[in-house]
Amino acid sequence: MHRYRFLLFRPLQLLPVLFGISLLTFAMVRSIPGDPARILLGVRSTPEALARVRAQFGLDEPLWLQYVYFLRNLLHGELGKSIIYRVDTLKLIFSRMEPTLWLIGGSVLLALLLTVPLASIAARQQGKWADHLIRLLSTGGLGFPSFWLGIMMILLFSITLGWFPVSGYGDTWLEQLHHMVLPCLTVALALAAVLIRNLRTSLITEMASDYATAARARGQPVSRIFWRHAMPNSLVPTINLLAVNVGWLIGSTVVIESVFAIPGMGQLLVKAIFSRDYMVVQGVVLVFALATVLVNLLADLATVSLDPRVKL
Amino acid sequence: MSTLLQVSHLSVVNRQGIALVDDVSFSLDSGEMLGLVGESGSGKTVSCRALMRLLPPDALRIAGGEVSLQGQNILALTERQMAKIRGREIGMIFQNPSSHLNPIMTIGAQIAESRRLHFGASAREAMVDAIELLRKVGIPDPAQRVKSYPHEFSGGMRQRAMIAVALAPEPKLLIADEPTTALDVTVQLQILRLLMTLRDTLGVAIVLITHDLGVVAQTCDRIAVMYGGRLCETGGKNQVLAGALHPYTQGLMDCQPASEGGHSQLVTIDGQPPVAEHFPTGCRFHPRCRYATQDCQAQQPPMRTSPMDTRHQAACHHPLAHLHTQEASC
Amino acid sequence: MAFLGVFRRWLPRQNTLTLGAAIILLWLLLGIFAPWIAPYDPVVLDPAASLLPPGGHYFFGTDNFGRDIFSRVIWGARVDLQMCLIGVIFPFMLGTTLGAFSGYVGGAVDALLMRCIDIVLAFPFLVLMLAIIAILGPGLISFYIAMALVGWVSYARLVRSQVLTLKHQDFILAARSLGYSHVRILFVHLLPNALVSALVFSMSDCVLVLLSGAAVSYLGLGVQPPTAEWGVMVAEGQSFITTAWWITTFPGLAIVVLALGFSLLADGIGEKMGART
Repeated sequence: MHRYRFLLFRPLQLLPVLFGISLLTFAMVRSIPGDPARILLGVRSTPEALARVRAQFGLDEPLWLQYVYFLRNLLHGELGKSIIYRVDTLKLIFSRMEPTLWLIGGSVLLALLLTVPLASIAARQQGKWADHLIRLLSTGGLGFPSFWLGIMMILLFSITLGWFPVSGYGDTWLEQLHHMVLPCLTVALALAAVLIRNLRTSLITEMASDYATAARARGQPVSRIFWRHAMPNSLVPTINLLAVNVGWLIGSTVVIESVFAIPGMGQLLVKAIFSRDYMVVQGVVLVFALATVLVNLLADLATVSLDPRVKL
Repeated sequence: MSTLLQVSHLSVVNRQGIALVDDVSFSLDSGEMLGLVGESGSGKTVSCRALMRLLPPDALRIAGGEVSLQGQNILALTERQMAKIRGREIGMIFQNPSSHLNPIMTIGAQIAESRRLHFGASAREAMVDAIELLRKVGIPDPAQRVKSYPHEFSGGMRQRAMIAVALAPEPKLLIADEPTTALDVTVQLQILRLLMTLRDTLGVAIVLITHDLGVVAQTCDRIAVMYGGRLCETGGKNQVLAGALHPYTQGLMDCQPASEGGHSQLVTIDGQPPVAEHFPTGCRFHPRCRYATQDCQAQQPPMRTSPMDTRHQAACHHPLAHLHTQEASC
Repeated sequence: MAFLGVFRRWLPRQNTLTLGAAIILLWLLLGIFAPWIAPYDPVVLDPAASLLPPGGHYFFGTDNFGRDIFSRVIWGARVDLQMCLIGVIFPFMLGTTLGAFSGYVGGAVDALLMRCIDIVLAFPFLVLMLAIIAILGPGLISFYIAMALVGWVSYARLVRSQVLTLKHQDFILAARSLGYSHVRILFVHLLPNALVSALVFSMSDCVLVLLSGAAVSYLGLGVQPPTAEWGVMVAEGQSFITTAWWITTFPGLAIVVLALGFSLLADGIGEKMGART
């Protein structure tokens, strides 16, 4: 249990980063040229509204005080109002969270379902044609732009074969599952390309390790050594790699949501950028940053629980 | 006491066709401890890996010979059949217990794994067996330690844990590949004592691979000395130590520092052990041997039996005992 | 089928490095000589020839404005290669300098830089880029600025760790004992050694920059139409995917091939480096 002690200290360590995130986000929006109050309200700015916004955000005060107001508002969950949708930014973000979570979760799951078998085949068939093929595909796969891959998937599976819908999210749970297959698959393929190379190398190293030889000397069959000894040891660095790539994963979902017209946080961000809905941009960016920090924490947690040697 | 293991004319070659183990024969009875002695590169580890058919397939292969375990030639078995022999009939413990134990599995789980695989034990039975095995190898508080991970043991305890893991399938023969070399001197003695106890109480035969003749002198029943991939001398420990036939064996004995202290110079054998690419012709020891003659350079000496004991043999043209020796019939 | 067999035996023996370099060189030449190689003008509209399938005069077909896709892909090579070059150079220079300086000086300066790196890394890469572009307004220049502000982190970390290891080595101690100034040591002795791994990394960074630039342009926030850039072309073609698949497919393939070239080059250099150490 004492190995989990780091969890107590982690919030303290994270404090500077969290401050930094809020500061950076604040600075970004403040650096937009023009009158901030008008920027916040857009075209619907009446003198009363402008005055109200100026008071709420302390726009006549010195900059550092504005930052304090910003933090205070943040801690109250007050992220401003979207000028396009006329609702609380936070409410808006929450309403769009579900599709994005679907997309990320489904992609990771599919990626793992692809990675484990393919990396296993490549590792066990090392040097043979199956290995070369898988390595070539994963190296090449690194260079596939996800947006183009998504469109090609639509072309093949939706238009030519008619198996899946072209875009959108769907209403019922089942419809949503149907709609999410292609988007998740697109992201999963790109993610798998990265993970397969890493897992394959780990598996080969573990299978050649001393303890694997010792297990063979005890009469353990090779397949058992592979699945019960080499694989668990290899999964630990792979999970770490996954966590390191979460930022890239979120970026991918932003793009894929645009390709498939999924009403998630990514599409919200892009639309908000085009319509100069800066409160929404700020809110989404903040939420994504917090999510990244959280995922990294979870990855550390997973590493500690899976590898008894690790001390954080 | 019956013959448990009979290695006959075993040869292992590398990719260049050079024999790293050349025509090696030795035998072991059940309940006996055989000391396999030699410097690095003598082929002692390779012979034992070959015995268990655990050689790296792309680098080495068995070129000839027979390994008879209780009368059955295990070199002729399929891999599947061999897998049943490994662990259950022959076990192996290694020099470095840290790298030879799975770091993310508890010791108990690694022991239990063998119990379940070889004996079909249930999870609970296997755990009980694991605790018992840890107790047998002298690990204190076994019921607690069974849940520990390898890195949580000290060096000596970790070696004991590895011995427990190797004993889990109840092998009749245990190959100990330099089990004490990486340990502190005080711990070395404990481990050797443990091996001897296991030999006496469990009746397991042990092949102790070592470069230290002193270790063999304290523990083993029989000795086999290897040099340059070939067998120099083999025989009962007392017979060999009392009267070594091969100059190399005598040299090793002379190298042991006198335990009573004293001011005499340390004796060494001049020269270096040979590397595979440059094995000398004839007897591989002849460049370092003070008794070498033309014969020694020309021809590998046959195994000659000492008339005093048929189980004491040496491969030398000029055995030290200078007794009337005959060609051994192996 | 026989060709496949020959290809399969020939391929593994080929040097990864040369393959990668060959691909990049090909695109480089196509881009440089675009005015002479491309059969048609990339921006001139020709409504009469709109949405023609590949074949005949139009190697890759035409888009809804009647522009030749083949010519646009070749002209697009210029833009995308430029994106890779500039998108890598500025982060490289900025990150390397900051990382080397911070690693050498150590102390509070180093701690501050590490915090900054942590903060930048807390944001998803593309999201941060988009946010910066949102402030600066869409366009290629915005993309370059955003790339510099976000991409320096990887180089800084890499060079910093190299410098940290190197500065304790004997040859640096010897230089100090000879009375060399810190600046001289940093630039003449440490940096060249640390730069090697940064250069190797920049090869694989090219892939990332290419894909990011194309993605940002696809979203409409990078290169603006009517400029021919592969990401933009993919976006333009998406609306016509049912009737004219070629508009989207070929520019995307171009990205794949160029990215493959960079990947192979990076792998090849990595292999050579590994072989040397």
